[in-house]
Amino acid sequence: MFPSDIEFHVAPYISDFVKWITVAWEPFFTAFSNMVLGMLLQIEHLLVAIPWWLWIIAVTVIAWRQTHEVVKAIMPGLLLFTVGIFGFWGIAMETLGIVIVSVIISLLLGIPLGIAMAVSDRCNTMVTPILDAMQTMPSFVYLIPALMLFGLGKVPGVVATVIYALPPVVRLTNLGIRQVSSSVQEAALAFGATSWQLMKEVRIPLAMPSILAGINQTTMMALAMVVIASMIGAGGMGEVVLICTNRIDVGGGFEAGWAIVVLAIVIDRLTQGLVRRWDTPGG
Amino acid sequence: MGRQDFNLVEVERLWKVYHKTEKTLNLSDPEAVEKAEAAGAVIAVRDVSFQIKRGEVFVIMGLSGSGKSTLIRCLTRLIEPSAGVIRVAGKEVTSMDAEELTAFRRGEAAMVFQHYGLLPHRNVLENVAFGLKLRGLAHELREARAQEALRQVGLAGWEKKYPHQLSGGMQQRVGIARALVQDTDLLLMDEPFSGLDPLIRREMQDELIRLQKEWQKTIVFVTHDLGEALRLGDRMAVMGAGVFVQVGRPQDIVMHPTDEYVQRFVQDEQRIAQLLDKGRVSWVRSIEAHASARTGKVAAGR
Repeated sequence: MFPSDIEFHVAPYISDFVKWITVAWEPFFTAFSNMVLGMLLQIEHLLVAIPWWLWIIAVTVIAWRQTHEVVKAIMPGLLLFTVGIFGFWGIAMETLGIVIVSVIISLLLGIPLGIAMAVSDRCNTMVTPILDAMQTMPSFVYLIPALMLFGLGKVPGVVATVIYALPPVVRLTNLGIRQVSSSVQEAALAFGATSWQLMKEVRIPLAMPSILAGINQTTMMALAMVVIASMIGAGGMGEVVLICTNRIDVGGGFEAGWAIVVLAIVIDRLTQGLVRRWDTPGG
Repeated sequence: MGRQDFNLVEVERLWKVYHKTEKTLNLSDPEAVEKAEAAGAVIAVRDVSFQIKRGEVFVIMGLSGSGKSTLIRCLTRLIEPSAGVIRVAGKEVTSMDAEELTAFRRGEAAMVFQHYGLLPHRNVLENVAFGLKLRGLAHELREARAQEALRQVGLAGWEKKYPHQLSGGMQQRVGIARALVQDTDLLLMDEPFSGLDPLIRREMQDELIRLQKEWQKTIVFVTHDLGEALRLGDRMAVMGAGVFVQVGRPQDIVMHPTDEYVQRFVQDEQRIAQLLDKGRVSWVRSIEAHASARTGKVAAGR
């Protein structure tokens, strides 16, 4: 057995730190909270304002333009229709709103961070272990401090979701830029590209398929996390699942689970279509 | 252009050392160099000096690993030389700061690469106009000039295609048009035709000879192919282990190889001549005829 007399705990210090920061940085967190909440409400309003049939038509049209196959074009719209049939339309839009806000924040942070990691090896070695930690740390662990800092509701849900969903887009942006063929980069430099021009004209465009794959992954992970975030009151589809679980309501749980899967499939198809569309012209 | 003896490119005692001691190594001390080499330093370019006259096609020939690709990249500092002085059109490239170097690469030296280095997400026209875009030229202006360059390399009508839709030979034509549109005196070509099959390679060489008659550019041409060197070069340098083993007119090098390394290059040509049953005399004559035809053409062009 490990000798218990040299046991040492950081738990109380971390708890004290979070307690301190909650009080000392209260104005900052309130301001941040209000900003995110404002953004969320705006987007939710917009999503709900679009009539359900327009959603289905839009999804079908986009799917058609991406695949040009009848079955693949009709499926996403049809699946979305079942969400409404089960009575989850409004709640699903609420979930979608949180996903969209989380993804926007993730991309605003993640893409520049990925670029910085591709440019600087030092940044790469510093950030990589943090990303590893973000991906392996059980999400419940940071749900608690998020709850303390931002209170119950959607905002801590968004924060937890960003922590969970950020790594893929950072990693794939970094990887994509690093993998750009050195002969193309050398040619651009030989013709007098500055490092900014090299990034803008060559490295980022050529990394785009990888970056888009990262956006797709981040979106899927955000959807998965939003369900878990319902435990701290983020609402949406996860709340329905939570309630059904507590009531041992197998049928209701299935319906809610179905709706979440449908959302995932629709989002995945649409964002993957984006990747393919970017892929075709360059070959 | 009028002064024939004007050197466009002057290189003095150029070194490129790949080692952690690169910056601190005293290259004028042979013992220190030897010690560094024993400690694992790779010397890609070793104390090379040469001049290239305006309008001259200067071929650098050598096996892979002889340092020829490193050397040509040093000329625009795509690879930073360890020591030495490079002057192009009287300007000292080796002492330029980042901004001057960018301006130099944009306006005074254009490069063609073995692996083309085309942008896969841009069409042919945009690829050719790329250098002009970097300079900040207006959209219409650069496309008009790119169009003209494409016409010169025989690719009119292919503007909207993407590089992957083109054969290797055509991709390299795009590469040449991209360099041509820069309107520089100096053209650097790093094994531009090595990736092409023999027939296309021959065709591209003819094309380059034809274009060169028009442009009268100063060309530094790197190759590992003696036949190519003989066809294109006004003067050539045989490079081995980072040094110029022999420099001179191609026919002189073929006829009078100074050492065994050069002899190894040359013997293939000799064997081909024997196979053709022309004998050494007629073979030498054909080379001389070829060379004098070339110099005649160049002289007529001036």
